[in-house]
Amino acid sequence: MRSEVVTWALRRIGERTLNSVERMGFAARFSLAVLAHSPAALRRLQLTLREIYFAGVLSLVIILVSGLFVGMVLALQGYDVLTRYGANESLGILVALSLVRELGPVVAGLLFASRAGSAITAEIGLMKTTEQLSAMEMMAVDPLARVVAPRFFGGVVSMPLLAALFSTLGIFGAYLVGVRLIGIDAGAFWGNMQAAVDFRYDIVNGIVKSVVFGIAVSLIAVFEGYNARPTAEGVSSATTRTVVASSLSILALDFVLTVFMFRGIGV
Amino acid sequence: MNRSTIDLWVGIFVVIGIAAIGFLSLKVGNLTSVSSAPGYHLEASFDNIGGLKMRAPIKAAGVVVGRVERIDLDPQTYQARVSMRIDRGYQFTRDTIASILTSGLLGEVYIGLDVGGDTQMLADGGKIAKTQSAMVLEKLIGQFLFDKAASGPPAPMSGNAAPGAAKPAAAASVAGGATK
Repeated sequence: MRSEVVTWALRRIGERTLNSVERMGFAARFSLAVLAHSPAALRRLQLTLREIYFAGVLSLVIILVSGLFVGMVLALQGYDVLTRYGANESLGILVALSLVRELGPVVAGLLFASRAGSAITAEIGLMKTTEQLSAMEMMAVDPLARVVAPRFFGGVVSMPLLAALFSTLGIFGAYLVGVRLIGIDAGAFWGNMQAAVDFRYDIVNGIVKSVVFGIAVSLIAVFEGYNARPTAEGVSSATTRTVVASSLSILALDFVLTVFMFRGIGV
Repeated sequence: MNRSTIDLWVGIFVVIGIAAIGFLSLKVGNLTSVSSAPGYHLEASFDNIGGLKMRAPIKAAGVVVGRVERIDLDPQTYQARVSMRIDRGYQFTRDTIASILTSGLLGEVYIGLDVGGDTQMLADGGKIAKTQSAMVLEKLIGQFLFDKAASGPPAPMSGNAAPGAAKPAAAASVAGGATK
């Protein structure tokens, strides 16, 4: 009796382990297959452009509006703290560095995951549920090349542009609040910012971050959609998993990238 | 949604996205002043660099002329060896004095260059011979207390006149410590 319980527990552990290893192996092979089909996405440029439209252009409104508001809030809160130390001229530095290094890529990535990543997963999952993917295979059309690769590349191209727009609108919002509303000197605002923000260390690293987040979010979105259980419930849980997994991986990747990018320069 | 509309919107999206990256590089990151500055290197040794960090600015008459590129300890002399990258176009005389300064009380630490009257200029890889270390506040306070103790027992702290009388003396001996 007792040994049966132990065997049952061990069997459950073994099953869990095998399942997760199998899933990881499938994810790795899937990622390689998507990369192998990337020439197909470039050859069918019209499909990729269509996906840039759905992932990027339709995300513009949410990215621009939230960037503007994040910048304005940063300026208000930053001014409140900085003015205690008589350093309110450094507001430009605070806003620009926090947006370009961290908030731009991370918040744009989170918004992109919930706005575009979930849509990609739901679309591919529903295509799988209604057996459109199987129908394509029957017609000798590879769904990886026709459906998955264009969506992946659409996301990878859109994400850095969206992050840059987010940072730009955030800095513009901070300018509106800091210079126009509060009345910090415009020359000090831009001058201090330009003196403190380095092209190589801050802006290039921010763009690298957004590219990495774009790859992670797009890969998770297409993988979850392609791997969804072909039921209504399966598609809904796959969509949820996309948002949760890509948000967590953005935050974890951000920590790892920050550790490697910003060590040894005195910050 | 027909094809040309999608193309148009994607075109607009890509153009404003690239414009945003350009704005960040040029207006925020001030790329223009960085790229147009292929520099040369100078070295200087300091007894104490205080809070000097990598990428700290190097200023001559308040104008940024370069950045600190590397800081390490000379194993022979136990002095801090600071490698500086100076923008090409700025030349400094061989008797230039490099001193480690702080902008304001809490501001950034930077290296100030005071140009002398020599006719020969420092070349790439040149070494600035005359340097002035960072002022370390704890040492100054210690020196001040030592001077106070050496100059006799402190005045009795009664009445309003005593603190006022002590202040000029304190300022004088801090200034004396700094010039040493």
